[in-house]
Amino acid sequence: MFLAFFLALRAAGVKVSLREFLTLQEAMQAGLADYDVDHFYYLARATWVKDERFLDKFDRVFAESFKGILQPQPVAPDGVPVQEIPEEWLRKLVEKNLTPEEKAEIEAMGGFEKLMETLRQRLAEQKGRHQGGNKWIGTAGTSPFGAYGYNPEGVRIGQESGRNRSAVKVWDQRSFKNLAGDVELGTRNMKVALRRLRRFAREGAADELDLSGTITSTARNAGYLDLKMVPERHNAVKILLLLDIGGSMDDHIALSEQLFTAAGSEFKHLKHLYFHNCPYEMLWKDARMRGQDAVATSDVLNTYDHTWKLVFVGDAAMSPYEIMQPGGGISSWNAESGQTWLTRIIAAYPKAVWLNPVGEQHWNYTQSTRMIRALMEERMYGLTLEGLDAAMRRLMH
Amino acid sequence: MRFEGTDTFVATDDLKVAVNAAVALQRPLLIKGEPGTGKTVLAQEIATALGKPLISWHVKSTTKAQQGLYEYDAVSRLRDSQLGDARVHDIANYIIRGKLWDAFDAENAPVLLIDEIDKADIEFPNDLLLELDRMEFFVYETRQTIKAKQRPIIIITSNNEKELPDAFLRRCFFHYIKFPDRETMQRIVDVHYPGISNLLLREALTSFFELREVPGLKKRPSTSEFLDWLKLLLAEEIGPELLRERNTAKLIPPLHGALLKNEQDVHLFERLAFLNRRGTS
Ligand SMILES: Nc1ncnc2c1ncn2[C@@H]1O[C@H](COP(=O)(O)OP(=O)(O)OP(=O)(O)O)[C@@H](O)[C@H]1O
Ligand SMILES: [Mg+2]
Repeated sequence: MFLAFFLALRAAGVKVSLREFLTLQEAMQAGLADYDVDHFYYLARATWVKDERFLDKFDRVFAESFKGILQPQPVAPDGVPVQEIPEEWLRKLVEKNLTPEEKAEIEAMGGFEKLMETLRQRLAEQKGRHQGGNKWIGTAGTSPFGAYGYNPEGVRIGQESGRNRSAVKVWDQRSFKNLAGDVELGTRNMKVALRRLRRFAREGAADELDLSGTITSTARNAGYLDLKMVPERHNAVKILLLLDIGGSMDDHIALSEQLFTAAGSEFKHLKHLYFHNCPYEMLWKDARMRGQDAVATSDVLNTYDHTWKLVFVGDAAMSPYEIMQPGGGISSWNAESGQTWLTRIIAAYPKAVWLNPVGEQHWNYTQSTRMIRALMEERMYGLTLEGLDAAMRRLMH
Repeated sequence: MRFEGTDTFVATDDLKVAVNAAVALQRPLLIKGEPGTGKTVLAQEIATALGKPLISWHVKSTTKAQQGLYEYDAVSRLRDSQLGDARVHDIANYIIRGKLWDAFDAENAPVLLIDEIDKADIEFPNDLLLELDRMEFFVYETRQTIKAKQRPIIIITSNNEKELPDAFLRRCFFHYIKFPDRETMQRIVDVHYPGISNLLLREALTSFFELREVPGLKKRPSTSEFLDWLKLLLAEEIGPELLRERNTAKLIPPLHGALLKNEQDVHLFERLAFLNRRGTS
């Protein structure tokens, strides 16, 4: 059964659809994995992963799901797996992990029982066809799946195809690690990030007259004028970048500033402003935050209307007082609390996003981060390719 | 009918599995990977190995999905009508077949390469979904349905300039060509330059993989650059000793122009070499 593996992948955020799940069944039935574990791994990968950023996640989940399973295991004399996966457990997993549409799809196929029935049937066919050839593997391993036993359809163990194989399993080599989207932005993946950002910039483009298209369609129209429009090459996206500086994350913040600046020519306008820890009544036009560079936040809100897209970049790590208390700010005395100002700013740019260079796994441990995230209505994203993608998507739509 | 690589192309196991799955289940195969890692030549190699013709459709930023089906050349028709040409009465004279039509029409199911699909508009892949699924399309002007005589083997390459739509991806198999490791690269060289001296190849591989690791390179040299460089080394009769000398001193390799195509990279390298010389002398 691949269902457990499938569900584990989805739980890990790899978007495998039911359709692809069935494609793998079909492929296995067609004998495409050659009853060789490596080939099974390659086949599953080619069928279920459609984006190199997920290859590493796939490897990890594969290793975890098949841990202790892809070694020879005791097999009952009749070739039946030692343990079956309890159906109840799978059903729970299905319910937790499938989207409503996919559940509907299962219903359309005749319901969960029918799905299990079909899978079991395919399993049986497989067994009949390759009598004696494949082993069934059961296990009482320690992984969550192993504990319930597992029988990868038709996967045979210890079948080397003659050539030398390294001792480390392919999926354990983690060879796609630096293609993963959740690695920090750095010089290596900067270019990809930039390309993404440019693409988002272009999506915001308006229409302009398409001259050659108009001529063609006018000719097609036997000479009657038929106007055609195309997206304007220059886009309409205006970005307001609010950067937190003066903290431990300065390097990362500088990096994201460079990133936006590099993509700057693609935006219609790009405006940088700076704050320290939390924005209050003043913002600065220059990172040195000298008096002569200060601008009133309320003026900013009036100058840049809601058609601007606001992006905060900051670690959102500070004392909670800096957010809650009037006068809590560390650089100057604020008459109104950071919370008041943030709320005001977010109200002016309802789609604003916050990019946080601190690893997402740490956010929950910092009270101020939790508070800001809540104020942002969860629109806080990690400074990774994935985070940037998700943030831009939120920002534009 | 199985693809196992060819005399001129080294296919790794994972690539073979992906190709064979796409062939057997008749779904398109999407190929990605660094530039110069053999994405485009793969289709030709599959065609050769399976004894099928190849039809290549190279996509550009202005390519529309419809052009793969057919185009109606209205401008010629307008001109013909003004010149009083009798051809004008038959609209079929102005229907220009696209690559998909050619592929559908072939007697021996061909390999259809859709190269660099990401160059086109975001909508391009979506616009082809139906035709690729059903393997047929309708020509409105002549009221014909064009049906594939046999399903072609479809190989699609992408350089990742744009993301592809999920609906499209769900229908494909996917393979990411991992940059060849030393051993695979050695096999690739062997198919291109069978007689090459082992010693030279060893030194060249070392130089090459070291160079790829230099931080800050704008464009890391790839398989195709490595092959070009070797060709130059062979032509200039540069021996392994010279390469090794350069290697140990970590200096710029001879004829580096074939490896570093980017001016900034060449500068970077010259600077490193300079610093190194200063450091050792
Ligand atoms: N596995 C391989 N076996 C033999 N030759 C290879 C292999 N991989 C790459 N090459 C050689 O490298 C060269 C570049 O290949 P190709 O043009 O197909 O790359 P590409 O991935 O399409 O690059 P681009 O992204 O720039 O279009 C070709 O000359 C090809 O012969
Ligand atoms: Mg190519």
